[in-house]
Amino acid sequence: MYNKQEFKTPMPHQEPDIRNKNFSEVSTGYSLEDAVNEANRCLNCKTKPCMNGCPVNVDIPDFINFIKDGDIESAYRKIKEKNFLPAVCGRVCPQENQCEKLCVRGIKNESVGIGRLERFCADWARENGVETETLPRQSSNHKVAVIGAGPAGLTCAGVLAQAGIEVEIFESLNKAGGVLSYGIPEFRLPKSIVRYEVENLEKLGVKIHTDVVVGRTVTIPQLENMGFEAFFIGSGAGLPSFMGIEGEGLAGVFSANEFLTRANLMECYKEDKDTPAPKLEKVVVVGGGNVAMDAARVAKRMGSDVSIIYRRGIEQMPARKEEIHHAQEEGIHFLTLNNPVRVIGDENGFVKQIECVKMELTEPDASGRRGVKVMDGSEFLMDVDGVIMAIGTSPNPLLKATINGIEVNRRGGFVVDDNMRTSIPNIWAGGDAVTGSATVIEAMGAGQKAAKSILEYFT
Amino acid sequence: MFKILDKKQLNDSTFSMTIDAPLVAQNIMPGQFVMVMTDENSERIPLTIADFDKTAGSVTIIFQAIGGSTIKLASKNAGEEIAHFAGPLGMPTELENISNACVIGGGVGCAIALPQAKWLKNHGANVDLVAGFRNKDIVILEDEMKAAATELTICTDDGSYGVKGFVTGVLKDNITSGKNYDCVIAIGPVPMMKAVCDITKEFDIRTIVSLNPIMIDGTGMCGGCRVNVDGKVKFACVDGPDFDGHKVDFKELMIRNSMYRNQEKEHKEHICRMYGGK
Repeated sequence: MYNKQEFKTPMPHQEPDIRNKNFSEVSTGYSLEDAVNEANRCLNCKTKPCMNGCPVNVDIPDFINFIKDGDIESAYRKIKEKNFLPAVCGRVCPQENQCEKLCVRGIKNESVGIGRLERFCADWARENGVETETLPRQSSNHKVAVIGAGPAGLTCAGVLAQAGIEVEIFESLNKAGGVLSYGIPEFRLPKSIVRYEVENLEKLGVKIHTDVVVGRTVTIPQLENMGFEAFFIGSGAGLPSFMGIEGEGLAGVFSANEFLTRANLMECYKEDKDTPAPKLEKVVVVGGGNVAMDAARVAKRMGSDVSIIYRRGIEQMPARKEEIHHAQEEGIHFLTLNNPVRVIGDENGFVKQIECVKMELTEPDASGRRGVKVMDGSEFLMDVDGVIMAIGTSPNPLLKATINGIEVNRRGGFVVDDNMRTSIPNIWAGGDAVTGSATVIEAMGAGQKAAKSILEYFT
Repeated sequence: MFKILDKKQLNDSTFSMTIDAPLVAQNIMPGQFVMVMTDENSERIPLTIADFDKTAGSVTIIFQAIGGSTIKLASKNAGEEIAHFAGPLGMPTELENISNACVIGGGVGCAIALPQAKWLKNHGANVDLVAGFRNKDIVILEDEMKAAATELTICTDDGSYGVKGFVTGVLKDNITSGKNYDCVIAIGPVPMMKAVCDITKEFDIRTIVSLNPIMIDGTGMCGGCRVNVDGKVKFACVDGPDFDGHKVDFKELMIRNSMYRNQEKEHKEHICRMYGGK
């Protein structure tokens, strides 16, 4: 008999008024009791619909069954068969659009908290020193170079290493993790967890070289001369976009990438770190995605009064509902249906004001999508000293410019086939470098798929 | 970790460091830079490459210990290690098809102008090198510059060495006395580069400037180093650091470089207390 509780077992968390002043994790995680209670809400459906929503195909009902029995170690091992970064995915995956969206319990009530359970297992395993990394029984003599130590690259490397391939990862920044290190803030994904997952990968024999900018420090032909036979590019999204409005060059206008990198990778808010922290009283973040929420919540924690400006309505925001909710709870103002038209500086070139216009939603078009248009005469000024642009990124041109003849699409993303293989037979690519800004788990799915294809290539 | 093979003090605040970095050295072209972190707590700072030796696998940087991060770097000695050293980054300077160049360096910028001059001279160009310093005490790399130039002119603001006055005065004199430069390369403080461009624009001489805006990653990810060139947003780290000086919005560059003035002052005081310094 299953647990008929209608709602998910609540996630313990720090209270909004406390957490918006610190960088500790917002959600503190299930207890064993919470986890077993939540696991018992699972119907253990024969058809396992949830699995269809998982980009890396985790055996969800099977791991949940182990939790029901209190066998967390087995549950963790079950997850790890398919997912190299469960502590990460349990925290940052948009489960509501993936596994949990397809959960049968979700039809009438709330779906099973699959993400919360995944996180619980991963945290439990880490705290209890469960080792799952076993060196492959036989090693092949094949060598693969992975470019970029983000979620796509780490996953690809993990799958390959377990199959006995010699893998080296080349990362341009000073730390591994990619967006997990520079993008997602500490309070959503503690960096100690990223380090732990990276160390696990190293236990599998994966070598990680930081400070190597492939395309500059070494080129792919040079890596070929060093004995690498195949390549996976997981170089991420790259160049931040700006709106192209007046005043974006003023001091105090940041891309979300810059603002988040200062805070997350360089930890500028910590006393002992040298990277200067922007000191801003009143900040607006432009955009409605997860990156905008992250930037706003970081700015809040660094002591600013923060507003999010988004040109459409809150219902149209692409950010996860949970992130929007957390941001609202933490006291971030939401100025939806507004759009900046110009940034105004003081006599020294520092941001002083932002001029916005009000927008209104238009009637749904043939596809049912509602557009927006500017309301005439609705211009207004806001006093601000910081503007963070979180309106997306385009793929970094650096790498593709150095690979002769590789095919890229109109937006600059690598063109790949169903197996993530590019137009060059020994180069695969995945993650944001292919799709543009997307999710961690989609990048991991791409890394996994590419790894399988690389293994076939070697057989 | 990257070992410091050699360290020299060139004047009261300028240091030369040669770093063991074979991977970085192998693909370097003049005009490129490296991102440096002295230790795990450090800021990532861009430093233009002053020299390199592909055979020895070493890269030389010359920098002025002027802020917290450079003072910390300067506190390291030969035999010690620095935490991170990534590069070469940026587009190499387009030096092909230049036959008669005036290369201008201002202060520590001379260290960066030197490899350009060297490359041009080695490739058969006439190279007039104009090096400007505040005074005699801070003149650096005189012998090296002499060797790299067809003609070297050193000028000092106070006249304590060489010609009295600014590099722009020498440039203008050279141009008006009939030197037919097909390219001017200016590397130094922003006001100097701007002043050079004002003159060369008047005479319609192609001018390359090397910009050094605030950067974090140095690989095109953060957009902190964006500069306005011909009305378009360019990233100094991937599109530069060299740009057509006649198209750069220097005013915006100066504004953007002043972003952390207060924090930098505090940081410098803090670092000076810990590591010593000027």
